[in-house]
Amino acid sequence: MEPVLAILTGLFFAFAVYLLLSKFIIRMLIGVAILGNAVNLLIFTNGRLLREVPPVLQPGLDVPASTVANPLPQALILTAIVISFSFFAFLLVLSWRAYKGLGTDNTDRMRITEPQEPVLPPEGY
Amino acid sequence: MASPASPIDLSLAVVTEAPDAADWLVVLPVALCIGTGALLTMLRSRPALQGIIALATLGILVLVNAGLIAHVSASGPVTMMMGRWLPPFGIAFTVDMMGALFSLTASVVAFACALYSLGDINEKGRRHGFYPFLLLLMAGVSGAFLAGDIFNLYVWFEVLLISSFGLLVIGSEHRQIDGAVKYGFLNLVATTLFLIATGYLYGIFGTLNMADIVRKVPTLPDSAPLMTLVALYLFAFGMKAAAFPVNFWLPASYHTPRIVVSALFAGLLTKVGVYALLRTGVMLFPAERESLSTVIAVVAAFTMLTGALGALAQADMRRLLGYLVISGIGAMLVGLSLSGADGVAGTIVYGVHSMLVMSALYLAIGLSGRHAGSFAIAEAGGLWQRHLPLSALTLILFFSVSGLPPFSGFWPKLMLVKAALAQGAGWLAAALLVSGFLTTIATGRFFLIAYWRPTGERAVGTGETVSPAALLPVAALTLASILVGLYPEPLIAAAKTAAEGLTAPSTYIQSVFGAEVKP
Repeated sequence: MEPVLAILTGLFFAFAVYLLLSKFIIRMLIGVAILGNAVNLLIFTNGRLLREVPPVLQPGLDVPASTVANPLPQALILTAIVISFSFFAFLLVLSWRAYKGLGTDNTDRMRITEPQEPVLPPEGY
Repeated sequence: MASPASPIDLSLAVVTEAPDAADWLVVLPVALCIGTGALLTMLRSRPALQGIIALATLGILVLVNAGLIAHVSASGPVTMMMGRWLPPFGIAFTVDMMGALFSLTASVVAFACALYSLGDINEKGRRHGFYPFLLLLMAGVSGAFLAGDIFNLYVWFEVLLISSFGLLVIGSEHRQIDGAVKYGFLNLVATTLFLIATGYLYGIFGTLNMADIVRKVPTLPDSAPLMTLVALYLFAFGMKAAAFPVNFWLPASYHTPRIVVSALFAGLLTKVGVYALLRTGVMLFPAERESLSTVIAVVAAFTMLTGALGALAQADMRRLLGYLVISGIGAMLVGLSLSGADGVAGTIVYGVHSMLVMSALYLAIGLSGRHAGSFAIAEAGGLWQRHLPLSALTLILFFSVSGLPPFSGFWPKLMLVKAALAQGAGWLAAALLVSGFLTTIATGRFFLIAYWRPTGERAVGTGETVSPAALLPVAALTLASILVGLYPEPLIAAAKTAAEGLTAPSTYIQSVFGAEVKP
């Protein structure tokens, strides 16, 4: 199971990096979404994959009767999902505003903050 | 919540004693900022109240952090466990000298910026939530400095990142949106890298508590992929701290928002990256940092020199400051690349100096630009004649940022050069001095052209007058820089304590696990 998930995670990372290297913001956004999921899979795989029961105690027991699954990676992933979802939502709205305001989603043409031909500093006093 | 008749021995599972009253100081900075941030969000329709409440809260935050630093210097690192769980299972807030020192400086900077914002952020900005974002940013920054758990550090990074997005786009001008796109995507990639590294960290160690990680490093088998892990952390935090060559988001975005937002960012955000680099590099994985020290040294030299050269090439005041921030980050990385506590102490003093001075500089340049009517260096002129106090403050800050005595920039540079020479890294000391020299030229030329040059025939009609009240926060931060420059012993002593606590973290571990546990 672990090699399969590891290969899948690697593929996700490859797709995400490929998309993030694009000039177009919409592709970068999809890259961000895939990157988030790649990380979630990675954490899940790192928390060891077990086909065990959830860590719920039976009545009258102080400790679980058998080995139980590790709940911590799931808690970590849940946090990461919530955070990455909110970031994705923010970036989506930001990109929409940028597209409306700047009239392009090509990052090569978004040159307001860094003009193509920058003003040179004054040479003389 | 087990009943008294529970068969489980609670003393083995949870912290049974209530923490001392003074220990509550550990979580107070974060709780205070989040609580007031939420309150201000509810008071959205009362813009007049927002500034006053935010300023009062940040004033209290400074006091709380001062109390925290007094507590830490009296009794060593302090830990508080969330939800009474025993370490390493609960989430820990652990404060040592370095965290307390950075947290105090950050709150001072935030207070000064809030004071400046009273006259700078108009009602529209207040309605768009400047003050709630400011307080949530401070919650994130304080949380990052105080967290004792790597995943928690990640969460606080995200809190400060999303607040900084909010601050960056207030006003939604086109250039702000443009800058925010670059800042947003690149910083999100950096935090995702941080999360990847944290996933591997959990896979390798099975714990996320920093003190527990320090304990477990020697017990790991040699085959554990620690080098990969540390390289990932260095890359992620290097991107956050704006280290060469992953720093181009900074000059692309820092000059776009309102000047007070730029001042906050320049003072706080990159230093959180430096803090995280020190925490992971020096405290958690000293051996791996040692093997990577040449790489870090080269990165530090390039960051310093490209920052200073970039500053020389700028014709816009605010863009020039962005490159000065980068140059300072390079100097801080020098301390990270050197082994031993001396370099680390230099980095910590440099961090405190850089927080105070870079924020003050942005605020001063904001006033100068307002006064001159333009942020283009070539279009300003005669500021010296027209506003002597502002020009004098700016000149002091320029001296300080270039590392000239007797201002605060001198001592950390001296410490770093000494530490580099002591370890035979003469080229690194030379790079520090050359970058200081280039920075002096860049700021000197800036001052000469924009301040000293007579107004002449250049049009300077649009400038506003600058009231003495607007000068107050700049003057206060400049005074702090002068005081540190003239009387540096307390800060240097605190930084040395902090650096020793980082390089030999036995007291840190002890504060988390209690005295009876052997490290």
